[in-house]
Amino acid sequence: MFGTGVLRGLGVTFKHFVATYVDDIAYLFRGGRYYNEKALMQRQGPKAKGVFTVQYPEEKLPVPENFRYLPFLIYDTTANDDKCTSCGICAKVCPPQCIWIVRTNDPVTKRPVPQPAEFYIDTTICMQCGFCAEFCPFDAIKMDHDYEIATFERFQTLVFDKQKLTKPDTYHAAIHPTDWARERVELAEKAAKEAEKKRQAEEKAKAAAAAKAAAAAPQPPTQGASS
Amino acid sequence: MANPTTAPAAELTGPLAALKEKFGDAVEPADFEGVTIDPAHLVEAAKTIRDDLGYGYLSSITAVDYVKDGQMEVVYHAFSIDKGGGPLVFKARTPRDNAVLPSLTSVWPGADFQEREAWDLFGVKFEGHPNLKRILMWEGFHGHPMRKDWREAYYEQDNKPFDSRWPGGYHNRAEDRVPWADNVSYPADFDPTSFVEEADAAVYERMRQVEVVQGQPLTVPVSGANGDAAAGLKTDQLVVNLGPQHPSTHGVFRMVVRLDGETIRELEPVVGYLHRNHEQIGERNTYIQNMPYTDRLDYISSMSNNLGYALTVEKLIGVKPPERAEYLRVIMVELTRIANHNWAIGFLLNDLGAFFTPALYAIEERELILDLFEAAAGSRMMCNYMRFGGVALDVPPGWLEKCREIVFERLPRKIDHLDTFLSGNEIIRSRCMGVGYLSPEDAIAYSTAGPVLRASGVPYDVRRAEPYSIYDRFQFDVAVRYNGDVYDRYLIRIDEMRQSVRILQQALDQIPEGEIQAGKKQYSQRVPAGQAYGRVENPKGELGFYVVSDGSANPYRYHIRAPSFINLTALERMCVGYKVADTVIILGSIDIVLGETDR
Repeated sequence: MFGTGVLRGLGVTFKHFVATYVDDIAYLFRGGRYYNEKALMQRQGPKAKGVFTVQYPEEKLPVPENFRYLPFLIYDTTANDDKCTSCGICAKVCPPQCIWIVRTNDPVTKRPVPQPAEFYIDTTICMQCGFCAEFCPFDAIKMDHDYEIATFERFQTLVFDKQKLTKPDTYHAAIHPTDWARERVELAEKAAKEAEKKRQAEEKAKAAAAAKAAAAAPQPPTQGASS
Repeated sequence: MANPTTAPAAELTGPLAALKEKFGDAVEPADFEGVTIDPAHLVEAAKTIRDDLGYGYLSSITAVDYVKDGQMEVVYHAFSIDKGGGPLVFKARTPRDNAVLPSLTSVWPGADFQEREAWDLFGVKFEGHPNLKRILMWEGFHGHPMRKDWREAYYEQDNKPFDSRWPGGYHNRAEDRVPWADNVSYPADFDPTSFVEEADAAVYERMRQVEVVQGQPLTVPVSGANGDAAAGLKTDQLVVNLGPQHPSTHGVFRMVVRLDGETIRELEPVVGYLHRNHEQIGERNTYIQNMPYTDRLDYISSMSNNLGYALTVEKLIGVKPPERAEYLRVIMVELTRIANHNWAIGFLLNDLGAFFTPALYAIEERELILDLFEAAAGSRMMCNYMRFGGVALDVPPGWLEKCREIVFERLPRKIDHLDTFLSGNEIIRSRCMGVGYLSPEDAIAYSTAGPVLRASGVPYDVRRAEPYSIYDRFQFDVAVRYNGDVYDRYLIRIDEMRQSVRILQQALDQIPEGEIQAGKKQYSQRVPAGQAYGRVENPKGELGFYVVSDGSANPYRYHIRAPSFINLTALERMCVGYKVADTVIILGSIDIVLGETDR
């Protein structure tokens, strides 16, 4: 019938409108439906009815762990050192080529030292693809979650130098718990492997020494080989 | 850089052998794939390919600049609508200094924009083209930017990674390095004070010329209905600009139309406002560096773009992703299709005048899908998720459950909602039915793809015609509608969303545990020399990537067959005879994205 489509269309809007208030009342004694993180997740979830929008900046959706914004460098607080070894893989893989690294050279031998002297990221060029973090073999560069970086000046302020880029690994652990746990496991495995290697090398050396001693002396001392 | 032109000449088989038999010495086996046809016989051979060999759908035309040989090669990819399967590749070579080839617009009208693009970017003249002028760059632009010896302003180096970045990389801005952009070249007689942009003049001039050809003067007498008072009056046909800054154009896009009253007599799309020479950037990049750039093509469906590019390069490398990665890819791509079609339907309603209420309801679903993308890939729109031989990250715990909830419970209901409330709506029916008709023959001849092609009654879907990834495992129907009007192009999107939900439900039930990446991910991917054309059924149509590798770290040629761009070739065909207000919804029903159109 003529006009029914329009009425049904209006009906959808009206239903949405009513659903918003029904949910508002349902959340009345649970801290309200706005500025409430739990309610926000429901409002933006698959079961959402009624109003769907987020009152940014008063309300902010939590970002998932994989979320990537600008890269940052990790400072190892236990070793008190930069994790970056200035190998340059991030600078080579960067699609818009926004990473500049100056490698440190030893003042005496003139040979490269695994530490960056300077590290720049031009955030005006960065496309937040995450390749630097993905391909870094040392877990020294990660993608940040802080997306509010608006400034009043658009050139020098947005070129981040090493000091501005570096953040402690505790921050990385806080925003990327899964990634951090994986790193710990890998580090532990690596340490165990190295310890094992060391132990084997030591044993070999001891065995060699014992054999040498055995060859030198006619009566071999037995306790050296068994320890 | 070596030219990737040395390859053993293969024996010709199948339709190529038939072509060789008919044309004899004019047809020679080409490097890597296809045949090279002598330009003198090109049009004739194209007719044979279309009519006798059954390859009636010309998908892609592009040029490759073999600067070392002094040759320009134009590569054509034709497909068979009836038989499906792979392409028939034919090429034509011409000297670089005076690149002239016959135009194939007489055989396939869909060659129009693609030949203009090849002229614009490569400087290949197509003789017999009715309107050969620049399409992405502006008239008066100096040089042809895709030629290997052309250099952009702020040019730094041929290939990335740039040497200035490491190990002694002090930050500098490109603008400071070349402060006056003094590496830009100008024509010898260039005078900036007297320069007049000729693009508009050229468009108008052409419209006037058509007047003369057709023998209709711009001013014609009104044909009074009953010989009334109006009979003595005279009326003008008007040339009007629609766009480029107009909400109906979905970006910066302009249509120049010639109007008789309110009826469209002629229309020409003007594109290129968002042109950034994506392909040139792609040839400077290494293979992996192109992945995030493909996100920026059709930015509504970045996952699909990723997949197309990954598949093409995988063809060259010969790597196959593990099972779980294949399933994740299909899930992501089908979610993208639903998000895209929700967007397309919502904004078609915008174009109809139902301003933003249906659109915002429709993109609620898109919002949930983007949340899934953000949790899996790290970004809502610029996903950068696929890698050669796998995907970037496995989905986090709980992701598949959330996805199941959306796919099994919410989406089917919401798609039904759209259908119930919109499909029967009398405003939509009266505005869309019978408007913007495109016949099946025209749809094929104009190389349209995706929903536009299938709404005209051509059941051609790359997922079925030439299955890629693991699409051969799923049960789904190729959505097809037969009226070829705006209403059917709207309905087919609803149908396709339903099919996507079907695929998603199967994929989510079947997804195995396991690895997500074949072999070790490499930051500098070595790709053996070769040529590959990979295509996927993007939400907007067939997205093709043509990659030529010379064995180095950077692609020698990187071309994109952009569905939005090529679908626009048929826009005039769809619009002529309808009213101005109809062009807005006809354009909306093609569903273009300017990031991809202009590249």
